[in-house]
Amino acid sequence: MLSDSPRLRAVLLRVAQAVPVVFGVIVISFVLTRALPGDPAVYFAGVMADEKSIEETRVALGLDKPLPEQFVIYLGNLVQGDLGQSVSTGRPVATDLANRLPASLELTLSALILAIAVAVPLGVLAATRQGTWIDHLCRVVVTAGVSLPTFFTGILLIYIFYYLMGVAPSPLGRLDFIYLEPDHITGFYLIDAAVVGDWETWWGAFKQLILPASTLALFTLAPIARMTRAAMLSALSSEFIRTARAAGLSNNKVLYRYAFRNALLPVVTTLGMVFSFALGANVLVEKVFAWPGIGSYAVEALVVSDYAAVQGFVLAMALLFVALNLVIDLLYAVIDPRIGFVSQ
Amino acid sequence: MLSVKDLAVSFGTRRGEVEAVRDVSFDLAKGEILGIVGESGSGKSVTSYALMRILDAGGTIKAGEITYSGVDLRRSAEREMRSIRGREISMIFQNPRAALNPIRKVGHQIEDVLRQHARATRQNAREKAIEALEAVRIKDAEARFNAYPFELSGGMCQRIVFAIALACDPRLLIADEPTTGLDITTQKAVMDLVRDLIREREMSSILITHDLGLAAQYCDRIIVMKDGAIVEQGDPVQLFSDPQHAYSRKLVDATPRAGESIRTLLPKEEQRPLLEHHIGENPLVQVRNLVKTYRGKSGPVHAVKGISFDILQGQSMGLVGESGCGKSTTSEILVRLLDLTEGQVLFDGEDIGAIPSRDFVKNPLRADIQMVFQDATDSLNPRHTARQTISEPLRHLGGLKGEKLNARVEELAALVGLPLALLDRFPHQLSGGQKARAGIARAVALEPKFLILDEPTAALDVSIQAVVLNLLVDLRAKLGLSYLFVSHDLHVVRLLCDHVIVMKDGEIVEEGPTQQVMNEPKDDYTKTLLAAAPKPPKRRDMIVDNKSTATAEAKSNKVAMG
Amino acid sequence: MTDIDIRSAPQSQSRFDHIIYVLRSNPVTLIAFGMLGFILGCALVGPYVVPFDPLETNASNALQPPSLVHWFGTDNLGRDVFSRVIVATRLDLAISVAAVAISFVVGSILGSIAGYWGGWLDAVLNRCLDTIMAFPLFVLAMGIVAALGNTIENIIYATAIINMPFYARLVRAEVNIRRNAGFARAAKLSGNSDIRVLAMHIFPNALPPMMVQVSLNLGWAILNAAGLSFIGLGVRPPTPEWGIMVAEGANFIVSGEWWLAVFPGLWLMMAVFTFNLLGDGMRDIVDPRKRT
Repeated sequence: MLSDSPRLRAVLLRVAQAVPVVFGVIVISFVLTRALPGDPAVYFAGVMADEKSIEETRVALGLDKPLPEQFVIYLGNLVQGDLGQSVSTGRPVATDLANRLPASLELTLSALILAIAVAVPLGVLAATRQGTWIDHLCRVVVTAGVSLPTFFTGILLIYIFYYLMGVAPSPLGRLDFIYLEPDHITGFYLIDAAVVGDWETWWGAFKQLILPASTLALFTLAPIARMTRAAMLSALSSEFIRTARAAGLSNNKVLYRYAFRNALLPVVTTLGMVFSFALGANVLVEKVFAWPGIGSYAVEALVVSDYAAVQGFVLAMALLFVALNLVIDLLYAVIDPRIGFVSQ
Repeated sequence: MLSVKDLAVSFGTRRGEVEAVRDVSFDLAKGEILGIVGESGSGKSVTSYALMRILDAGGTIKAGEITYSGVDLRRSAEREMRSIRGREISMIFQNPRAALNPIRKVGHQIEDVLRQHARATRQNAREKAIEALEAVRIKDAEARFNAYPFELSGGMCQRIVFAIALACDPRLLIADEPTTGLDITTQKAVMDLVRDLIREREMSSILITHDLGLAAQYCDRIIVMKDGAIVEQGDPVQLFSDPQHAYSRKLVDATPRAGESIRTLLPKEEQRPLLEHHIGENPLVQVRNLVKTYRGKSGPVHAVKGISFDILQGQSMGLVGESGCGKSTTSEILVRLLDLTEGQVLFDGEDIGAIPSRDFVKNPLRADIQMVFQDATDSLNPRHTARQTISEPLRHLGGLKGEKLNARVEELAALVGLPLALLDRFPHQLSGGQKARAGIARAVALEPKFLILDEPTAALDVSIQAVVLNLLVDLRAKLGLSYLFVSHDLHVVRLLCDHVIVMKDGEIVEEGPTQQVMNEPKDDYTKTLLAAAPKPPKRRDMIVDNKSTATAEAKSNKVAMG
Repeated sequence: MTDIDIRSAPQSQSRFDHIIYVLRSNPVTLIAFGMLGFILGCALVGPYVVPFDPLETNASNALQPPSLVHWFGTDNLGRDVFSRVIVATRLDLAISVAAVAISFVVGSILGSIAGYWGGWLDAVLNRCLDTIMAFPLFVLAMGIVAALGNTIENIIYATAIINMPFYARLVRAEVNIRRNAGFARAAKLSGNSDIRVLAMHIFPNALPPMMVQVSLNLGWAILNAAGLSFIGLGVRPPTPEWGIMVAEGANFIVSGEWWLAVFPGLWLMMAVFTFNLLGDGMRDIVDPRKRT
C-alpha cells in the first residue's frame, strides 16, 4: 500500500541513495589515511613513538595485513565509533570530536540562519526591482561578500570591533573566562543557558558568537542571495504569473504565493552547496576566533602532524554533510509535489 | 461593449523604441466572437495584453482609447484594473501546462481567484471551485480539485485554465492561442467547449490565433493583422471568398484546405506549373513487422507494435497521427538514428534495420537516406554558418573539398532558393523560412534516394509553410526523391502525399491512396481525425464553380500519380 | 519567394555587438576587465619592479606603519609588505590557474562522455562525483593535502579535485540537453561519427557557460589556496603568499599593527572580486535571456 505512493517511493529512494555515498566517503577517507607518505604506522604511533610502539601500532591498526583486509578492519572500527587515538590530546578522536561538535554546529547554524534572514529578502528585493540601483548595489555587495576571504573578514572585524571600538569581547573562544560554562544539555551554549534561565551567561555567549557568526554569514550570504534573485526572476517571468495577473490576483498574492513559493525550490537546492561552503569556511573562522570547535581541533592537529585526528575530522565532516544534504532533499520533497513524478 | 481606438503600443529595446502595435481600432459587440489572426510578430498577442494592461516589462500603451462598458481601461487605476481582470475580462493562454502554478493544487488556484473577487468565502470556496470545474465539464471534479498540473493532460490543463477564467462569470474572454500545441482532436474538444460556454453565458470573446482556418470556424468576425496594424476585418465567409487586402489574400491562399492543390497555396503571380513526379513499380523501402520497445520506469513502453508498409520508388508517403502514436519513433528508425527491437527495414532489398545505428554512419547507404528535421532552428548548429551547415554532408560523405565544395554548396543554395549573400550568416541571423531552406539544402546535398520529412513546416508561419511545401514538391520532381512525410496536419498531407498511413498507439489503423483515405475513411479514428481538422470556408471561385474544380482536381491527381 | 528578402532577415547582431552592448550597459564588467589586466601585469612583471627584495629582513626596521618608503609598512622581520604582496600575485595566480585548468580538462572529458553516452558510464561517474561532493570541499582539500604531503603541487591537485565535479556536472548537463538536438542528429546523418559529433558539434556549444564557470572558479581557487596556506598547508614561510601573510599578520592585529594582515587580505580580496565580477559579466554576455 505504502509503496504505491510515488512520493514515498522517491523519498525512500533518496534515503537509499545516501548509502553508496556514505560508503564512498568511507572509502575515500580510508584511502586518504593509507595514502600518507611513508609509513602510516609511524604517524599513527605519534611523534614520541619508538620502534616497539610503532610495531605495536602497525599490528593494532592491522597495517601488516593486505589492503582489503585493512579496509574491513577499518570498517569494523568505524562501526564501533573508533577513529583512533589523538596524539596531541591523548584521547580517542571520536570523543574529542563529539565534545567539540556542538561548538561548531552552534557557530555554523547561527551563521546560516543569519545569512538566510538577510539574503532571501535581499534577493527578492533585487529581483522585484530588477535593473534599479537597488539591484546593482545588491549585486556588488553580494559579489564583495563572496570575494572576502573569511579569515580576512574575521581579522578585520576583530580589528574594528575589538581593537578600535572596544565593543566586542576578546576573540578567544565561546565564553569569556568570567562566565561559567552552562550545564551540558545540548552543548549549544545559547540553548543551554536559555533553558536554565541564566541570561547573563546567555548574553556572554551571544557576544562571543556574534562576530564569528557574522563573518561566516557574510560569506554564505552571497550564493543564497544570488540564487534567490535568479529564481525569483525566472519565476516572475513564467507564464503562470501572467495567468495569475490576468485573473486579477493582488500583487502580494502573485509575488508571494505564486512567484516566491516556486522560487524557493531552487534556493533550497542551493542550500546544500552553501552548507559545503559554510562547513569549509568554518575551519578558518574557528582558527581566527580560537573557537573550540572541530575545525580548530583539526588545524591544531595538522600543525603537530596528528593525522588520526585530521582524518577523523574529515570523515566526521563528510558524514555530517551527507546527513545535512539528506535533510535538505527531504525538505525539498515536502515542498515540491512533483517529486517522484520526474518522468512526466 | 469593448471599443478600441487607434491603439499604439511600443517596447523599449536596446535599439530604441520599437512600435509593436499601431492604429488598431475595433469594436466588439455583446455576444460576439471576434478572431484576431496574424503570423508571428503581427502584434496580435500584444494587442490583447494591452487590453488587460498586462504588457511585459518595457511595454507601454503610447496612444489610443480602450473603453469597456464605459470604463476607460487605459487610464483606470491599477487597483481598478485588478478588479476588472478575472471578474469582467479574463484570459486564457497557450501552453496550458505552463500557465498553471506547478506547485499549487488546481482547486486552490481556482479558489484564489474566487476569493480575490469576493465570489467565495473561506467556508464555501472549495464548493464553488468544484462548481467551476464542473462548469467546464470536468468529470470527477472532486478528485481533480486536489490534482497538481503535472498530473493532468494538456487538454485537461487547458480546461482548468478555462475554469479559472470563467470562475467569476466574466463578460469577456480573451483566448490567446488556446489550442496551440494540443493534438487536433483535443483542439476540437477544447474549442467546442469554449464556444458552447460562451454562447450559453452570452459572453463576448476574442480568439487570437495564427490559424485562419480555426478562426473561420469559430468566429463571427475576423481581424487580420500584419506588422502591428490591422489590414482587414470582416466576416469569415466574406474574408475567405473575397479577401480585399493583398496580405489577407496571401494568408487565405496559404491556408491548406480541401479542394486546393499545392500550387494554389501560393499567390497567383508566384504559381508555376506543377512538376510531375514519377512513381516506380519497385518498393524502395519495405518495413516488415517493425517493433520498438523502450524500457520505461514502470515496465516496457511499446512505442511501435509491429507495423509493415512499403514505399515505392518516387512515392511520397504520408505518416499521420497524434502525439505519442509512434510516428516519430518510426521515422527515427527508418533514418537509422535509432535501433529497432524486432522486424526488418529493407532499403533497396538490403536489411538496413540489422545494422546498428552507431555503425550506419560508415555504410555507403548513409548518403541515400537523409532527413529534414522538425524545428529548423534546433536542427542548425548555432555556431555554424549556413555554408558550413550545408557543407557538412558534402565533406564527410561526399569527400568534396575547396573550390568544388564551395561550388556545390552554392549550387544547392540556388536549388533551394537561399540567396548566396545569406550563406555566411549564422542561424540567429536568418529568418524561419531561410533556416528551413538551409536544412533542406543539407538534406538533399548528396542527392539521397529517400528523404524523411519530420513535420518540416510545423514551426513555420503559414505563408512560409506554403513556400516550403512547394519547394519540397519541386525538389521531389527534380531529384526523383521518395518522401516519408510525417505530419499531424491532414490538409498538408493531402496536398503533398500520394499514399497515407494513419497511426494510433503504435499501430497502423488505416492506409491507402491519399484521396481514398481522406474522402472515404474506413477506420473510426481516421474519421475522428478528419472531423477534428478545422474546415475553412471554400474560396468563392470554388463555390461558384464547384463542379469544374472537382474535375480539375481529379485531373491534377491523375497527373501527379503519373 | 517572399521570405527571401534579405532586408527582412533579423538585423545582423554579431556577438561582438552584443558584447559592446553588455559592457556599455554594465560598466562594472568593464572595470573588472581593467582590474584583470592589472593583476596579470603584477603577476608577469611584479617581481622585477618591486622596490624591495620580498625576502630581505631588517630587524631595525620592523613593524613600521605605512609610509612613503614602505607603502604598506613593514612586517615583524622588517620586510616590505608592499613588495611581498605584489610578488605573491604570481604564485597565487599560478596555483589557481593550474588547478582550474586541470579540473576544466578532466571535468570536460568525463562530463562529455557521461552526458553523451549515458548509461552505466554516467551512473558510475555520477556516484563518484556524488562522493567527492559529499565532503565539504575545503575540508576535503585539507584531507588531501594532509595525506599527500604538504607541497604546492598537492595544493594544486587538491584544488583541482574539489573543483572537478562542477565542470563535469556542467558539461554533462550541457551535453545531455544537446545530445538529441536536431543539429546533433543532423550531424550524424551528415556522416560524423559519435566522437566527432560530440567534439565538433556539441561541446563547442557548451563552452560559453563553461567560461563563466572558469572565471568564477578562478576566484574561488585563489580563496581556497590562500585558505589552505592560512592554516599552514602548502606554501611555507618565508615564501610571500597572501594567505600566509594574513595568518602571520593576524597575531599583530590585537596589538594594533593592522597593516601586516590588512594589505595582503585586501589584495587577495581584490583578485577574487575581479574574477567574480568577470564571471558575472560573462554570464550576461553568454546568457541569451539578457539579449533583448
